[in-house]
Amino acid sequence: MELADIAIKFGLIIVIFLISLVIAMYSTYAERKIAAFFQDRVGPNRAGPFGILQPMADGAKMFLKEEIIPANATGFLFIVGPSLAIMTACIGSAVIPWGQSVTIGDRVIPLQVTDINVGILYIFGVVSLGVYGVMIGGWASNNKYSLLGAIRAASQNISYEISMGLSIIALLMVTGTLSLGEIAQQQHGWHWNVLYQPLGFLLFIVCAFAETNRTPFDLPECETELVGGYHTEYSSMKLGFYLFAEYINMFISSAVMATLYWGGYNYPGMDFMGNLLGPVWGPLFGTFVLFMKIFAFIFFFMWVRWTIPRFRYDQLMDLGWKVLIPLAIANIVLTGIVITLLK
Amino acid sequence: MESLSNKRKQLEVKPLNFWERAYLPAIVKGLSITLKHFFKKPVTIKYPEEKREFSENFRGMHSLKRDEEGRERCTACGLCALSCPAEAITMTAGERQKGEENLYREEKYAAVYEINMLRCIFCGLCEEACPKEAIYLDGDIIPSDYLRKDFIYGKDKLVEAPLNQ
Repeated sequence: MELADIAIKFGLIIVIFLISLVIAMYSTYAERKIAAFFQDRVGPNRAGPFGILQPMADGAKMFLKEEIIPANATGFLFIVGPSLAIMTACIGSAVIPWGQSVTIGDRVIPLQVTDINVGILYIFGVVSLGVYGVMIGGWASNNKYSLLGAIRAASQNISYEISMGLSIIALLMVTGTLSLGEIAQQQHGWHWNVLYQPLGFLLFIVCAFAETNRTPFDLPECETELVGGYHTEYSSMKLGFYLFAEYINMFISSAVMATLYWGGYNYPGMDFMGNLLGPVWGPLFGTFVLFMKIFAFIFFFMWVRWTIPRFRYDQLMDLGWKVLIPLAIANIVLTGIVITLLK
Repeated sequence: MESLSNKRKQLEVKPLNFWERAYLPAIVKGLSITLKHFFKKPVTIKYPEEKREFSENFRGMHSLKRDEEGRERCTACGLCALSCPAEAITMTAGERQKGEENLYREEKYAAVYEINMLRCIFCGLCEEACPKEAIYLDGDIIPSDYLRKDFIYGKDKLVEAPLNQ
């Protein structure tokens, strides 16, 4: 590998990292603003024009708060918890194809950090690692509410990972590959997977809500029952990391959904636009389209938050085990039959 | 047992049909309702910059009125203090000297007139009690402050501005 290639890869990683941090930061602002609009309010509007400096103010506040480690907490694990949460949230973006390859001169730059041939498996690995951050943090706090929140989070994530995996299997039967880059390529020209796998997409999005601990599946941190859930004992930027990780997770899962089901960076009239804009701006416009899709999903996450109330815990388990898993299996069988008949 | 009002209605609980049990149409309906609110105009009034319009009979800060020649109407009879259920008003009377006829309408006037705005309940009884039409609660909301003593308003804040200056 040439030095220039390494530099380009490194630059790409930094850019993606920064973009996901900025998006997570402004997701907090968007969440508050969108929540306000859904409730006929105005939302934050004091820090800067329309309140756009609000995330900075929140961040400064988080950093300046007192750092508290409870006397009976396990010191090391208490710090590992939020670090793990934010780390697993950030590394998920490595396999997402952000766009077609950009050609500058004779150098082809892929807009994907790494196109490993088991991209989906990697995503699943990262997602299941994410629960460790919550679990360790809740356990190390030495607080019953935290522990209950952590247990809830763990059991919820494990139950919904199963149906998520099963819904993906049906998708893999259609695409025939685990590489996210190839899946995105295959959807070129209206072959969006959501048209072939509507039920699979529905299952996947429900599970994505559960995996990111968003309403209606925000039981690990439901204030009314568990004080603050697994992050009850956390203060300062360690709390900030947990909250931040949730927003990064939301961004990454939106990106995964857009890539797997909604065509990724593909859009109607892509070939025409590609010729028009040239080899650099064409693919970058695709990236822009992908981000629009991601923002639409993030908006949907927030929209659902202000529409659907939280599940009761037994209802959550009922939905996960008795509804989603059978549906996912039925989806696999159906997909199998259709594929066999069409061949 | 027969009901007294004869308005009893027999409710029947129908089993949910497939779409109701699937829960998804209900979610879509809910989403559409919240989306409608998304595009509604916010009801918020951004207070310090915008002010809600007061009703015509809103009772705000008191003002001590002047007559058409610009003289203070108050004669320090003390009826407002007597009528005040919160005992917020206090005053000291003074006698008008020669040459002050253009300042005070009556021979007796209020040398000190104080209202404790923390005690005042804005009932408007002082307004009703006043025989000289000297006090009206036609002002704005009482502004906030840091110290209790700053809420005792004297004549400097209460008396209406002179007519022509």
